Amino acid sequence: MKRNVPLLITALGGFILIIAYFIPATQGWGEVAAIWFDILASIAFILGGGNLLKIHLKKISDKRVGWAYSAITLAAFLITLFVGLGKVGVNPNPLYPDYGLSGHYREIGSPFWWLYEYAFKPLTATMFAMLAFYISSAAFRAFRAKNIEAILLLGTAFIILLGRTFAGVYLTAWLPDWMSGLKIENLTVFIMSVFNTAGNRAIMIGIALGIASTSLKVLLGVDRSYLGSGED
Amino acid sequence: MYEFLKDLDKRWIFLLMFLSVTIPIYIIAKTGKSFPEVPTVLSEAVFQAVEDLDEGDPVLLSFDFDPASEGELGPMATAFVRHCAEKKVKMYFMALWPVGPQMIDDAIARVIHSDFPHLVYGMDYVNMGFKPGNEGVIKVIVTDMRELYTTDDIGTSIDDIPMMKDIENVQDFDLVINVSAGYAGTKEWVQYASTPYPDKIKIVAGCTGVQAPLLYPYIPNQLPGLLGAIKGAAEYEKLVVDKYGGDDPDPKYLEAKRRMGPQLVAHLLIILLIILANYIYFVERRRGVSV
Repeated sequence: MKRNVPLLITALGGFILIIAYFIPATQGWGEVAAIWFDILASIAFILGGGNLLKIHLKKISDKRVGWAYSAITLAAFLITLFVGLGKVGVNPNPLYPDYGLSGHYREIGSPFWWLYEYAFKPLTATMFAMLAFYISSAAFRAFRAKNIEAILLLGTAFIILLGRTFAGVYLTAWLPDWMSGLKIENLTVFIMSVFNTAGNRAIMIGIALGIASTSLKVLLGVDRSYLGSGED
Repeated sequence: MYEFLKDLDKRWIFLLMFLSVTIPIYIIAKTGKSFPEVPTVLSEAVFQAVEDLDEGDPVLLSFDFDPASEGELGPMATAFVRHCAEKKVKMYFMALWPVGPQMIDDAIARVIHSDFPHLVYGMDYVNMGFKPGNEGVIKVIVTDMRELYTTDDIGTSIDDIPMMKDIENVQDFDLVINVSAGYAGTKEWVQYASTPYPDKIKIVAGCTGVQAPLLYPYIPNQLPGLLGAIKGAAEYEKLVVDKYGGDDPDPKYLEAKRRMGPQLVAHLLIILLIILANYIYFVERRRGVSV
């Protein structure tokens, strides 16, 4: 029962979406299934929150290495959840002044807005900005012209790196019009639209065939790995 | 030189990268000068797609990014909103990312509230907010918008918003503009909106640098125009400013062009580091050192 019901739901949902795509008369079925999916996606936020609590509470309770980070994570999660759901410090909507929770959760100056503006925003932007440092370190340590393939890769990387800046235009601006195809900015476009597109299309077709075959296995109940081991 | 480079502490590299970004930022801020941009065919296609719209045409703007990629995508979001406002089209904002609404708020405040205060919420633009479900949201709204969007972002009933009167689904929009930082984003919009309805849904997009190569296979049939990273944003910015900017454009509409300066120096540094790394490699190979 514990495994058969999920299998049945998966098969039913999957086949309804496939049928709805190919038979116009059944398009409405697909729409209903998609709406159910969106409702489930909303519920997934609750499951995600529950899972976060479970993992970090266990880590704190076991006093595992780095448990203090878990405590900070939980504190940040619970405070944000409280001020967001509770609309703490938010003024009521002028249309419904008698209802305290009718205001907008992102109201400027509210604690939730403050958390977003002065904690979430700079932290996530900083994390992403750190990539520049790691990429520069990787550029120094990883890219070696060890063989023909690596040389081709490096050459392409140089052209794209220059082509994405004004340096590309400046360095080959002297080339006459009949050689404009060799200008770095044009070479960049050529590499992206020919070699990159051809390679990506091949990969995408391969992935699509793989997804089709895996999906069929899942829908037919042959592949049940997504259900987990069943030990929990 | 070899001896110095082979044991080079990575903190020196970090310092070089820091300087290669901060010095151009400082110089550009001080002088107000930036590098010229030559728009590519893809940027021109995006610009033309918006230019082809008539006054009052409905346009859906899906801002599927977050503060992590705001540095790369914020300027193009600003340029898109400004271009749409100049064209006097009706703007419908939505987001597939949880913090997308904040990105929409920023763009509305930066462009509409400050430079187009005559535009009226609900008549000229509306913020539909975020809906969870990723591509599931697109699958539903391509045929029925009201199944998911019963209210706008601030809780006003869809039926009370005048500009929603003629909108049943995504097929009713004359253009979909997507600013995307990953999943769910442009790929999903192409797969679930423009591919099933090629004659009714037209999409142009702006995306991060890492996404752009993955989206080229959809050009030009499923995706007529694409702005790749800050470079694409700078090209599009130039096209918009050249046409609507006047003699002294507001600096906020030249943000991507300014960010091309640090990008230029950072790219040159990466090229230099790769060359130095290969110098070490070849010296070690000549000396028979195991590499």
